[in-house]
Amino acid sequence: MTLPGPPANVRRTRVVIIGAGPAGVTAAATLARHGVTPIVIDEAAKPGGQIYRQPPDGAARPPREIYGFDAAKATRIHGLFKDLQSAAKIDYRSQTLVWNITRNEQRFRLDLLHNGVQATLDADKIILATGAVDRALPFPGWVLPGVFTLGAAQIALKSQGVAIGRRVALIGAGPLLPLLVNQYLAVGIKPVAALDVAPFIAKLRAFGGLAAQPATLLKGAYYTARAAALGCAITSNVRSIRALGDSRVTGLAYATADGKTHEIACDGIAASFGLRSESQLADLAGCRFEFDNASRQWQPLRDRVGRSSVSGVYIAGDGAAIGGADVAELAGEQAALALLDDGGTPTSVERRHTLDRALRRQSRFRRALESAYPFPAHLVANIPDGLIICRCEGITAGQLRDSIARRHPTDVNRLKAFSRLGMGRCQGRMCGHVGAELLAAHAGCGIVEAGRLRAQPPIKPIPLTSALATEVSS
Amino acid sequence: MTLANTCDVAIIGGGTAGCAAAVHLRRAGMQVILVERDRCGGGASGVNFGGVRTQGRNPVELPLAIRSRAIWSTLNELLGEDVEFDATGHLKLARSPADMAELEAYALLAREAGLDLTLIGPNAIRAEVPWLGAAVVGASLAPNDGQANPRLVAPAYARLARRLGVDIREQTSVTAARRTEHGFEIDAASATITSRLLINTAGMGAAAIARLFGEEVPLEAMMPNMVVTEPVPYIATRSIGVCGGDIYIRQIPRGNVIFGGGRGGGDWMDWRSRSSTETTLTNIPKLVDIVPAFRDALIIRSWSGIDGLTPDKLPVIGPSMTTPGLLHAFGFCGSGFQLGPVIGEILAELALKGGSSSPLDAFRIDRFTQPGLAAATA
Ligand SMILES: Cc1cc2nc3c(=O)[nH]c(=O)nc-3n(C[C@H](O)[C@H](O)[C@H](O)COP(=O)(O)OP(=O)(O)OC[C@H]3O[C@@H](n4cnc5c(N)ncnc54)[C@H](O)[C@@H]3O)c2cc1C
Ligand SMILES: Cc1cc2nc3c(=O)[nH]c(=O)nc-3n(C[C@H](O)[C@H](O)[C@H](O)COP(=O)(O)OP(=O)(O)OC[C@H]3O[C@@H](n4cnc5c(N)ncnc54)[C@H](O)[C@@H]3O)c2cc1C
Repeated sequence: MTLPGPPANVRRTRVVIIGAGPAGVTAAATLARHGVTPIVIDEAAKPGGQIYRQPPDGAARPPREIYGFDAAKATRIHGLFKDLQSAAKIDYRSQTLVWNITRNEQRFRLDLLHNGVQATLDADKIILATGAVDRALPFPGWVLPGVFTLGAAQIALKSQGVAIGRRVALIGAGPLLPLLVNQYLAVGIKPVAALDVAPFIAKLRAFGGLAAQPATLLKGAYYTARAAALGCAITSNVRSIRALGDSRVTGLAYATADGKTHEIACDGIAASFGLRSESQLADLAGCRFEFDNASRQWQPLRDRVGRSSVSGVYIAGDGAAIGGADVAELAGEQAALALLDDGGTPTSVERRHTLDRALRRQSRFRRALESAYPFPAHLVANIPDGLIICRCEGITAGQLRDSIARRHPTDVNRLKAFSRLGMGRCQGRMCGHVGAELLAAHAGCGIVEAGRLRAQPPIKPIPLTSALATEVSS
Repeated sequence: MTLANTCDVAIIGGGTAGCAAAVHLRRAGMQVILVERDRCGGGASGVNFGGVRTQGRNPVELPLAIRSRAIWSTLNELLGEDVEFDATGHLKLARSPADMAELEAYALLAREAGLDLTLIGPNAIRAEVPWLGAAVVGASLAPNDGQANPRLVAPAYARLARRLGVDIREQTSVTAARRTEHGFEIDAASATITSRLLINTAGMGAAAIARLFGEEVPLEAMMPNMVVTEPVPYIATRSIGVCGGDIYIRQIPRGNVIFGGGRGGGDWMDWRSRSSTETTLTNIPKLVDIVPAFRDALIIRSWSGIDGLTPDKLPVIGPSMTTPGLLHAFGFCGSGFQLGPVIGEILAELALKGGSSSPLDAFRIDRFTQPGLAAATA
C-alpha cells in the first residue's frame, strides 16, 4: 500500500544554487533549514569558492597556513557545507559548469557540462552565487609568459602551494594586493615589488567610511603595516607599469608619482585591478543590468534582498556586486530568505532585519573601499596603439581605434562585430570593459552608452566531444 | 544637422537589401531617407552564416543569385573596404546514393539556368577532399561560391550610402505608413517623412508594412542556429552544405569553424533570438562525421537571428499589387545575404525604370492570396 502523499501533479519546487562560495553555501544552509533541498552546482572540485578555496586531495595544509586570518571562517563554511552534505540536505554537483540558462514559461533550463559530458537540468528558482574574477587591464608586456593576475597567483598558492616565480612583483588596485603580499610573505617569499596604482591619499579620505567595518579595516591596515615591517612596503600611486622581456618576463619598469622611473629584475608578475562580477548567467537568464559608477562596471539589477529583475532568479555575493566574503555570506542568506518568502514559506522577520542592517553597514564600507581604490583610469587613458587588448583574438588598441574611426561603432557590441574584440575563448570577459573604455574615449560617448558585451552561450568553451554519444559511457 | 523630411525614396529597414538599394538610388541622383529600427546590419544581415552560395537554390532564383555573385567579386571596390569575401567554392555533399542522384538531377537544372556544377564521385571525393569523413559518398562543387563576413557587409553599404548623402536614421522604427495623393507618408519617431516612392525592406518586419497596404504575406520567423568554435588548424578550404540542408559548415583561414543547421528560438516580436542547445547538440555529431578533424575543437559561441520565411521558400521581390510606387523585397528564407547586392540593384531599377532586367515573376507578392483579394482589401 502506498502512503498518502502529495497528489502526483504537485511537483516540488526545484531550487538550484549556482556557486558554492560563501554566498552559495549560506544560501544552501538557509534553504535546508527551512526544509528545501537545493541542488548546488559548482565548477570547482570542492566547495568554498574563491576566498575559501580548498586545496586538492593530497595537497592539504592547515587552514591557518592557507587562509591566515580567515582560517576560522573558512573552517566554518567548509564544515557547514559538509554537514549539509552528510545530512543529505543538499544535492551537491561538483565539477559541473553551468554554461547556459534559458527561460521557458515559468521554468528555467540549465545546460551543464560534467566530466566532459552534456546534461540539462530544469529549475523553478535559481540563486546565482557565481562570484567574481580579477579585473584585468592591459599594460605593455601583459601578454608575456610569467604575467598573471593577482587572483591566479593566489589560486596557485592556495590550491597547490606554488608561487608564480622566484622574484615576484605584485601590482594591484584593491585590497587583494596587501593580502597577497602577506600571503607570499607568510610562505617565506618576499616579493621584489608591491605596487598599488591607487593613490594613498584616496585611502586616507575614505577612512571614515572604512571605519564602518573596523575588523576588516584593521585587517587591511594590519596587512599593509606588516608587509612594510617585513621589508615589503607597498608603493602607492604608481603611474605606469611595463613588463619587460622578450619571450618571458625578465623585469618590470614602473613610474612613481614623483615622476621617477624604476626598473627591477623579476621572473613573475601578478597584476590585476580590482574584481569584476561574473554575471553572464544573469544576462542569459534575461536579468536587466545597470552601470555602477563607483566600481565602474555593469551589475545585474536587484532589489535590497537579492531579487533580480526576472521572477525566480535571485543573485547574491560577488556575482551581483563586489562586496567580499562577509557580504557574500549575508547576501546568500538574505536571497534564500527572499526566495522562501516569495514561495510562501514563513521566515523570521527579525533575522531579515538583522541581515538588512548588517548589509547596510557593509555597503558603507564597500563604498569607502571603492573610493580608496578608484578605477585606475590613468592606465587605460594612454594605452599605446601597439598594445594587445583582446588577447584571444590578438586585437591591438590601434586596430580598435582604427575600427572606431572608420566604422563608427555605437556601442561595444558593434565594436565587437567590426573588430573581433571579445570574440575569442574568453568571450570578452577579460577585454570587454577595456573595449568600452576605448570606445568611450575615442567616440566621445559616455561609458554607459558604450555599453557591455552581451553574454552568449556557452559562457565558457565546451568541447564538441561532450555531445558525442560515444563519450557518455565515461 | 536639421533634417528635411521630404525625399524621392523612403526605405524601411537597413539590412543588406535596404542599404544596398539606398546606395544605388543615391548614385542615380535620388534623395533617399532610410529608416532602421535598430542599427544598419543589426538584423539577419549582420548575424547570418556568411554563406555566399548559388548552389542548391530554386532554379527560379538562380538568375538573381548568379547576377549577385558577379557583384560580390567587385564588392570591396564598390564599398571601399574589405568585407572578407573569399571564393572558396561550395561543396554540397551526398551522404547516400539517393543524395547523389539528387545532386545529379540538380546539376542538370542548374546548367540550364547558367550555373555550372562539377559532380565528384565516391573515389574522386577521397582524393580531392581528403579532410571529409567516410560518411560522404560524393559531392557537387560550385567553384565560384564562397563566403564573406556578414558583420561587415550591411554596415559598409550603410556607410557608403551616408558618404553619398543618404539620410540614414537608425534606432528609429516606422510605426505607420500610408499612400497620399502624391506619394507616401511614413511615421518614424517624431518625424513624418514624405516621399514619392516607398521601399519595404524591413525583413521580418516587412509583412506588417505590406499589410498596411492591404497585402497579406504569410511570413514566418526563421531563426537558424549558429555555432562557432575556437580556431583549429585550417583544413576546410571549401564551404560545405549537404543534401537535406540539415547542416552547413565553413572554416575561416584564422581557424574558427562556423556551423549552422536547424533552428534556434526566440520571440521575433521582440526581435529576440537565441541558439537552441538541442539543435547545437544534434548538429555536433553531424559536423564531426563530415569533418572528423574538428572533433577536438571547443565551441566558444552560439547565436541565431531572424529572417522571414515564406510558404514556397522564395522571397517577395517587386512592386506592390495594390499601391503604385511601393516596392517590396523581403522574406529571403535564410539565403538573402548572398542576394543582398543584387537586390539593391534591382530595387533601384524598379524605382527608376519601373522594371528590372532580372526575371521577377516568381517573386510576386500576390502569389499567396487569391487573385483579386489583395485589390479588394486595398
Ligand atoms: C581569484 C580571487 C581571489 C580572491 N581572494 C580573496 C581573498 O583572499 N580574500 C577575500 O576577502 N576575498 C577574495 N576574493 C573576493 C571573493 O570574490 C569574495 O571574498 C568571496 O569569495 C565572494 O564569495 P561568493 O560566494 O560571492 O563567490 P565565490 O567565492 O567566488 O564563489 C563562486 C563560485 O561559483 C562557482 N561558479 C561560478 N560560475 C559558475 C558556473 N557558470 N558554473 C558552475 N559554477 C560556477 C565558482 O566555481 C565558485 O566556486 C577573491 C576573488 C577572486 C576572483
Ligand atoms: C542565422 C542566419 C543565418 C543565415 N545564413 C545565411 C547564409 O549563409 N547565406 C545567405 O545568403 N543568407 C543567410 N541568411 C539569410 C540572410 O541573412 C537574410 O536573408 C538577409 O540578411 C535579409 O536581409 P534583409 O535586408 O532583407 O533583412 P534584415 O537584415 O533582417 O534587415 C531588415 C531590417 O529592417 C528593420 N526593420 C524591421 N521593421 C522595421 C520598421 N518597422 N521600421 C524600421 N526598420 C525596421 C530591422 O531592424 C532590420 O534591420 C541567414 C539568416 C540568419 C538569421
